Amino acid sequence: MSMRTEAGRIAAVAWKDLMTEWRTKANFNAVVFLAVLTLLLFGFALGPDTNALRAAAAGVIWLTILFSGVLAFNRSYQLELEHGALEALLLYPGSHKSLYLGKLLANLAFVLMVELVTVPLAAVLYDLPLLGPLGGLALVLFLGTVGFVALGTFYAAMASRIRAREVLLPLLLFPMLVPVIVAAVEATSALLSGDAMGDAGSWMRLLFVFDVVFVTASVLAFEHVIGE
Amino acid sequence: MTASTSSALSQAPTRGGGRVRILGWLALLAVVGGQGVAFLISRPDRDMGHLQKIMYVHVPAAWCAMVAFLVVFVASVLYLWRRDERHDLLAAAAVEAGVVMTGLTLLLGMIWAKPTWGVWWTWDPRLTTTAILFVIYAGYLALRSFTDDAERRARWSAAVGILGFLNVPIVYFSVRWWRTIHQVQSSPATVDPAYVLGLRLNAVAFLVLFVYFVARRYESSKLERAAETRIEAAALTGGIHV
Repeated sequence: MSMRTEAGRIAAVAWKDLMTEWRTKANFNAVVFLAVLTLLLFGFALGPDTNALRAAAAGVIWLTILFSGVLAFNRSYQLELEHGALEALLLYPGSHKSLYLGKLLANLAFVLMVELVTVPLAAVLYDLPLLGPLGGLALVLFLGTVGFVALGTFYAAMASRIRAREVLLPLLLFPMLVPVIVAAVEATSALLSGDAMGDAGSWMRLLFVFDVVFVTASVLAFEHVIGE
Repeated sequence: MTASTSSALSQAPTRGGGRVRILGWLALLAVVGGQGVAFLISRPDRDMGHLQKIMYVHVPAAWCAMVAFLVVFVASVLYLWRRDERHDLLAAAAVEAGVVMTGLTLLLGMIWAKPTWGVWWTWDPRLTTTAILFVIYAGYLALRSFTDDAERRARWSAAVGILGFLNVPIVYFSVRWWRTIHQVQSSPATVDPAYVLGLRLNAVAFLVLFVYFVARRYESSKLERAAETRIEAAALTGGIHV
């Protein structure tokens, strides 16, 4: 199987998933509203003091992404379980890796779009200087989201097919995400406060390493998880 | 399930029960002996007094937890390679014992930390990594309990066991760069010579206890699986033939 046909298969799976979502937008709307609600609730929990809110903003943004994004992953497989679509997908020639990578791309696009709404809103609600470090922030959001989505897409392949899926996915996923959360929050927080110490760069390099490790491990393990 | 694994399991009940029972008595003796030495022979610490005796359970339990998760990793890799159900049952047994040992480590650590450091908990790399380990392997057990199909349960658990283990150093170093205060681990090389004997004895005692836990759990899950296989066979043939 050549690289080109594999890339074609990956793109086909990603396109199919995004198209299904685009036609209803039901899941996207629900997830965005939940994210907005989470931002407001953190505001109430942390009090109305603007300085306190700004200090906690990096953590709040990432927890909001985690709590809302985690809802997207199970759905990405549940759609396949109806009418035996997953069996059909697995019967197609080529490696199952492209199924994982296609779903990863679709979920990545989904979560990044949610962030496109929630991060500017967080900047408004928490009074954050978003425009100054815009390029760096975009890179951190991208790198952090890749790590989050890589593991989320992997664990959802299991969690979506058992009874307690809503509880089990975060239970399996969130402890594994600790390195990504630590690095992403530190980099975001450094960028939002002007990065006087120049920490953001090293946290971003670390995030990149985590992404490579988690994507590789998930691609290798996916074969054992998806098949029957 | 493949034919080879089902036939290996359908030969239960095994003859392992007697040996496991002997191991249990050995473990009891070793723990009572080790703790006896720790309480009677070794002197109380100059600063910490008898509080220091927590070390004789805390440190061996932490070591056993590490051994447990290494066993899980190796057994999980072996399962994915050979597809022998016994490796899956061994991994599951080691996770159960490992989670108990990790919980014991955390709980005793907190009891020790409150009078020593003034706080029950701090966000030190070793503490935080241990807590994350506890949650990762608790998730492993939750996944098992919710997955009904035995072959699928084994494959999924193996994947979770491998990824969880690989994540341990990554969690540790990321939290370490985040912050650090835990004292250097207690081991025979770092503690006063007066404590070395107690620590060594208890390390051996807890290792025997740990092996007993794993062996006991492994034997019982083999029996459970054998019973399940018979029920499946009975459902297919229309009656139980013992």
